[in-house]
Amino acid sequence: MTFKFNNSTILQSFNNANNFPVDHILNIKNLSKTYQSGGQPLTVLHNINIAIAAGSTAAIVGPSGSGKTTLLGLCAGLDRSSEGSVELNGIALDSLSEDERAHVRNQHVGFIFQNFQLLPTLTALENVMVPLELRGEKNIKARAVELLGKVGLAERGHHYPTQLSGGEQQRVSLARAFSNAPKILFADEPTGNLDAETSEKVVKLIFDLNREAGTTLILVTHDLELAAKTQRIIRIKGGHIVSDAAQSLVIGH
Amino acid sequence: MTNDPMTNPTKRKLNLPWLFLMAWRDSRRNRSRLFLFISSIILGIAALVAIYSFGDNLRQNIDDQAATLIGADLVFNSNKPITPDVQKIVDSLDARKSQERNFVSMVLFPKGNGTRLTMVRALEGDFPYYGTIETVPAAAGVDFRKGKEALVDKTLMLQFGVKVGDSVKVGQVTFRVAGTLNKAPGSVGIQSSIAPIVYIPMRYLEKTGLSQAGSRIQSSYYFKFDKKVDMEALIKRLEPKLDRDAVNYQTIKTQKEQTGRSFEDLTRFLSLVGFIALLLGCIGVASAIHIYVREKINTIAVLRCLGVNGWQAFLIYLIQIVGVGFIGSVVGALLGTFIQQVLPWVLKDFLPFAIDITTSWGAIIQGIVLGVLISILFALLPLISVRNVSPLNTLRMSFEETRLTRDPLKWLVYLLILAFIAGFTYLQLKDIGQTIAFVIAILLAFLILTLIARLLMFMVKKFFPFSWSYLWRQGFSNLYRPNNQSVILIVSIGLGTALICTLFFIQGLLMQRVALSSSGSQPNLILFDIQASQKAGVAELTRKQGLPVISQVPIVTMSLVNINGKTGVQLKKDTLGKGPSIRAIGREYRVTYRDTLTGTERLKEGEWIGKAPANGDIPISVEDRYAKSMRLKIGDYLLFNVQGLLVNTVIKSFRTVNFNRIQTNFLVVFPAGVLEQAPQFYVLLSRVPGSKISAAFQSKVVDKFPNVSVVDLGLIISVVDELMSKIGFVIRFMAMFSIITGIIVLIASVRISKYQRMQESVLLRTLGASRNQILTITALEYFFLGFLASSTGVLLSLAGSWALASNVFDTAFHPQVLPVLGILLGISLLTVLIGLLNSRGVLNKPPLEVLRRDV
Repeated sequence: MTFKFNNSTILQSFNNANNFPVDHILNIKNLSKTYQSGGQPLTVLHNINIAIAAGSTAAIVGPSGSGKTTLLGLCAGLDRSSEGSVELNGIALDSLSEDERAHVRNQHVGFIFQNFQLLPTLTALENVMVPLELRGEKNIKARAVELLGKVGLAERGHHYPTQLSGGEQQRVSLARAFSNAPKILFADEPTGNLDAETSEKVVKLIFDLNREAGTTLILVTHDLELAAKTQRIIRIKGGHIVSDAAQSLVIGH
Repeated sequence: MTNDPMTNPTKRKLNLPWLFLMAWRDSRRNRSRLFLFISSIILGIAALVAIYSFGDNLRQNIDDQAATLIGADLVFNSNKPITPDVQKIVDSLDARKSQERNFVSMVLFPKGNGTRLTMVRALEGDFPYYGTIETVPAAAGVDFRKGKEALVDKTLMLQFGVKVGDSVKVGQVTFRVAGTLNKAPGSVGIQSSIAPIVYIPMRYLEKTGLSQAGSRIQSSYYFKFDKKVDMEALIKRLEPKLDRDAVNYQTIKTQKEQTGRSFEDLTRFLSLVGFIALLLGCIGVASAIHIYVREKINTIAVLRCLGVNGWQAFLIYLIQIVGVGFIGSVVGALLGTFIQQVLPWVLKDFLPFAIDITTSWGAIIQGIVLGVLISILFALLPLISVRNVSPLNTLRMSFEETRLTRDPLKWLVYLLILAFIAGFTYLQLKDIGQTIAFVIAILLAFLILTLIARLLMFMVKKFFPFSWSYLWRQGFSNLYRPNNQSVILIVSIGLGTALICTLFFIQGLLMQRVALSSSGSQPNLILFDIQASQKAGVAELTRKQGLPVISQVPIVTMSLVNINGKTGVQLKKDTLGKGPSIRAIGREYRVTYRDTLTGTERLKEGEWIGKAPANGDIPISVEDRYAKSMRLKIGDYLLFNVQGLLVNTVIKSFRTVNFNRIQTNFLVVFPAGVLEQAPQFYVLLSRVPGSKISAAFQSKVVDKFPNVSVVDLGLIISVVDELMSKIGFVIRFMAMFSIITGIIVLIASVRISKYQRMQESVLLRTLGASRNQILTITALEYFFLGFLASSTGVLLSLAGSWALASNVFDTAFHPQVLPVLGILLGISLLTVLIGLLNSRGVLNKPPLEVLRRDV
């Protein structure tokens, strides 16, 4: 069983947390998102408030249609909120244009997707190199090879995504996500398309690499077991946060 | 915060090398497809490069060969015997001189008794001074002048099985055929169809008996100056005298300008047709790139997640388009250079000389620049959407389409495209009015074709055959599959079909018009140039052969001196264009006189006066359309010169004349009682039941009355037919570019939708469909597409031909059903064949293998 909190309790715990000198990489205040659906407004996120400490790990969980992917998109600057604000690494995303947000993503954000989202016309190595190339960095290839080595694919750098298995593709995607040394990593159902055994390996890699790089990790998942590996679980239902707790509280049976 | 260089993208470098690298990488697995998109414009570029190169070569050749076109430094031409004044000029010129008289006359080949209307040229002197009269044997072109010998056009020689050494009878004189005439200076191949040439030495002209008064003979004088002469000064000095005596002149320079002008018109026409093919291809490109971009949305979304901004994403794909556009244009230019070798052969009947073909680098560079420019312009429409692809598509694909179409920049691109079309057309036509008309016509044509295409698609959807079997229904509904290119295919294939069909219909209309006149008891044989003294004799000969003399019409030739007292010079000053046209003056009028209207005439306006009054102006009747075009009104006074005698007339009526029948129809008709004593000749109309009787009769006429010319319907039909097939060949050749462009767009669209087709195929097979069933569905889909496309073309062509028939040809339009069905079926089957050939990858391989390989 899990403890249930109402929003005010969560906010309180947040405010309490904010009293400590904690560095927040992600700060979401009064966030709402409304779409037009069939001419009618449809609010999928209501008044969300979250602050994520730098270097921590968190999972956003909830049933299908609860708004968790929308929340991830807004946190990562992939979309613009209808109300409220999102601040990532001290940058207010809401005031930025799409191109400015793209730059922020390139500088501070890493992504892992359920369906890997590798560029099909690029080799594994090139896929890892892209974020670094975009930053105009030097010595890119050596770093990309090194990253591929860390995910165990040093030998497969010249293969195209279609020539790799699902697990291998996700590992390339991991190497790519860490290539720009992001401050924060967003993972959308990273094991959703993988079998149990591969999932386990990929999850271990995610957490190992994350620990090593000191990156903040935010996971969106259905998988409670995976969520349990993070330090904090945020539950969403119907666009509302229904619980937000440090790991010890959630799994306190 | 936007001032922070870390987050302000405007402060980031564009990093062009990386964009090129990404464009290269991204294209890796799509290069053949990208090339296929661009291949739609290859043919258009090829057509334009071929035509431009050909035009360049033509200009060069005209410059080099202008002298051989007229064969002399200076030529005088006159339709009348030259006046003593002009004779003085001729005599005074210090030059080598040649003289020619040419006229239309029957010739008879005693071997086989064949007769034919020809252009007889009686020549004296060493003409041509530049170039040669091309004959076989070669020496005959010069030597025929020495004896009683003739040169006979090669088509005539072939038609009557005549050989060198046989004889040909021109008037009263029989000549030995010294050689086959392949080419006379300045003549074009198509002339042999209308009036094949027979050269004879001038000194026999008198003896032929064909140079009597009343015969329509043109005199030409050719001059070759051995000393250097300032031709412009000479012409300036002679021009007033020559103009006064109605003598035309030509110099090498005027010939160059005249030939250049007429061929500029030809190349201009061809390049506009080529441009239409190119535009079709461009629409194909735009449509293909649209699908390409849609397929790339996910890749773009991922790139945007990784930090690529909108313009960078746009540039990656723009670079790809420029790259393949460049390759496509180079291939097109190379192909055009090759096609250029074929053009002189296509246009051989319209060219006055053999063209030396050289590579025109100007045309090639122009073609490549045009190709790249046009591929960018038309690809921009779908490409600018790339800037708006949201990174959110990585998370949810349903997000994709909403913003792909709405972009104000699109209007700017539309404007650029319109400006480009207008600019390009203006460069060809150099006339703003014509440019606007052409651009509007192009837009209208595309609009009408698109409307018909959409209407057909709508009708198919509206009356969808739900009761048909599954395979038919599936084939039908595939026309509406997402990313379908049905409309653009229907437009491009439809346009080609419309061109070919219209040509076919017009040919049919013309033939039908000629053939109509042979029905019932209408005349089908005309004997003209009958002298007054021969009138009774010719009529008697006709009756003796058992043929009817349907009518014998007198003809008096005259010229118009002034209208309402105003001469040509005075009319020329009327720049407002309200008074009578200057064109009415200066031409020769062939006039008849009678007291009643004929069966082909109807009084339109005014009063028909059949009998001339004893005093006052002579009341005449004018054909209404001619009167309208010359801006003549009832009551206008016309002063005619009837072979030296001035006759005052007044227009009393306008007549509508049905020119559709073989009949002696006249623009001007005098009343009875005026011209009876004037020098005149007659035309006799008869009707022959068959070609054998006609040939026998013609040979008797030529034998007894050598100056009388005979034209029978068979000749007219064969001339019209030959002319049409020669013009038709050129038009078909150009229509081919449109059809092939349509086919390439078809191939491209099949390839583009291959992945989608494979997914469907896999799904259908999973659900238990057999290979044959999938094959049938695919075949039916292409059949419907081909059928709709060709129907669109046929419908447009039917409407166009009907409009032409009722407005221009004044005849009822009865399209031939069978050939139209043939065109419909032929194009449909071609579409099926191409569709199936390009889908065989989907059909033959195990679906999963294909999917795996092509993802």
